[in-house]
Amino acid sequence: MSITLLEAQSISKRFGGLQALTDVSLTIRKGEVYGLIGPNGAGKTTFFNVLTGAYTPNGGEFIFAGSELPTGTPHAVVERGIARTFQNIRLFREMTALENVMAGHHLRSDSSLWGILVQNRHTREEERLITERAYEMLRYVGIERHATTLSRNLSYGDQRRLEIARALATEPQLLALDEPAAGMNATETAQLRELISTIRADGVTVLLIEHDVKLVMGLCDRVAVLNFGKKIAEDVPSVVQKNPEVIEAYLGSSHHAH
Amino acid sequence: METFLQQIVNGLVVGSVYALVALGYTMVYGILGLINFAHGDVLMVGALVSLQVILFVQKTWPALGAIPTLMIGLSVAVTVCMLLGYVIERAAYRRLRNAPRLAPLITAIGVSFLLQTLAMIIWGRNYHSFPQLITTAPLQPIDGVFITPVQVVILISSALLMTGLILLVNKTRLGRAMRATAENHRVAGLMGVDTNKIIATTFIIGSGLAAVAGVMFSSNYGVAHYAMGFSPGIKAFTAAVLGGIGNLGGAMVGGVVLGLVESIGAGYLGSATDLCHLPIWAQSASLQTTCANGGSFELLSSNYQDIFAFVILGIVLIFRPTGLLGERVSDRA
Repeated sequence: MSITLLEAQSISKRFGGLQALTDVSLTIRKGEVYGLIGPNGAGKTTFFNVLTGAYTPNGGEFIFAGSELPTGTPHAVVERGIARTFQNIRLFREMTALENVMAGHHLRSDSSLWGILVQNRHTREEERLITERAYEMLRYVGIERHATTLSRNLSYGDQRRLEIARALATEPQLLALDEPAAGMNATETAQLRELISTIRADGVTVLLIEHDVKLVMGLCDRVAVLNFGKKIAEDVPSVVQKNPEVIEAYLGSSHHAH
Repeated sequence: METFLQQIVNGLVVGSVYALVALGYTMVYGILGLINFAHGDVLMVGALVSLQVILFVQKTWPALGAIPTLMIGLSVAVTVCMLLGYVIERAAYRRLRNAPRLAPLITAIGVSFLLQTLAMIIWGRNYHSFPQLITTAPLQPIDGVFITPVQVVILISSALLMTGLILLVNKTRLGRAMRATAENHRVAGLMGVDTNKIIATTFIIGSGLAAVAGVMFSSNYGVAHYAMGFSPGIKAFTAAVLGGIGNLGGAMVGGVVLGLVESIGAGYLGSATDLCHLPIWAQSASLQTTCANGGSFELLSSNYQDIFAFVILGIVLIFRPTGLLGERVSDRA
């Protein structure tokens, strides 16, 4: 009954002598929140980078919405409908919050250099529409009042929200969030959780890398666990939580010895 | 006083041409971290192409007025240079995008030589006189201060172009993508910006501006020459560094300031280094005849005006390497 949105087929990635990902296969269904967890250095962010085209995999491929994803050309991946945020915030710091979101709209607009130079009707109309939508998006994540603030001057939590707004501006089917709760306090995390639920309710599938186990377990429909670049489990949170291999990966093998 | 005002007028004119060229340097630097040393030669190509077209139009349609002829020459030059800018980026720089910084720099110098050599093959080594299509009969807005109609046109059109560019960069879809790419091209790509296209467009716009500057330069001085791009190129580069390379406003301010300093400096350099003004020297036997009856013995004539650009470049690099308006050194991921 559920439709597959993204299928990773034996993805491998090597950096010199380091095997960062080994034959990782997973399936994300349309409309779910899918968690990707694992200890530090397990390959979660590498998986994100390969998925979004920042790295070219050494093996395997992604099938997204029925056809293969291009590798190594990030903007083409975004065009297919995958957007991401970053573990360490990567906003356009010298641009306002509004401009950051508008930059996210770049792909979904098409004014040409000529149109811009002569400021034809299409360009003006599009610009007006993009501005309007960008305001809407800021309202959606709750930072509309900071629209004209330079993004580097926003508070940490607001910067995280802005990253989500910018990613949503590309009109993705799949939103990939790389540790969105990192460095957030309890209130901010609760708000984030609400925001992710809203995003899902609005029909966007979410792929979530997260360290905050409580957030992952409470929010995700299914979870995959990576350890040393290999997938060691994939199931609903309650089952994964009891998987001995997962417990070992997180707490170390000595856990069993005691 | 008249000399001073006159030099200010001259400085503004030459400064706005420098500023147009400096914008090309600074845009490319801002987005790629590359000093495109071939940029001055794009200006030269613009001037020579427009010269060729103007001569052709004058011969074929002699009845056509001076202004339409100039506009045709200018449009063709701008189009050719935009294409040239694209080809340079595509053929010479794109594959070196991730190479060590020295590689594209040396390539830029190579492209500069290539363009000069090609231009020398096509147009020869001689100076060509550039037709004065806008009258050069000077106006005299203030007694003793002259400005030619060509210079008025240069001032107005460069002000318009610069305003347009500022609006383009700050208010449009393309400008946002350019700023996003300049700040972090990887993130821009991950947000759906086709950074290759944006970088190519940056070269195209910068080269178009250089073509306009080339036509202005030749119209003002009345000559065109295969090596004419070197001096304005290096000075525009100085202007970009002076204003803070990577900063558009800085390039404009830097260009105008450099033009003014150079012009005012040149206006006074001769008399300031006139040995006849030094009593001790003037009375020495060897100079007495030279200095008699209001003669002069200038150590440095106004031909030495170029030293100002390089002195400024040196001073800026030593005391304020980020330039007048520059602060951020873009950090790349």
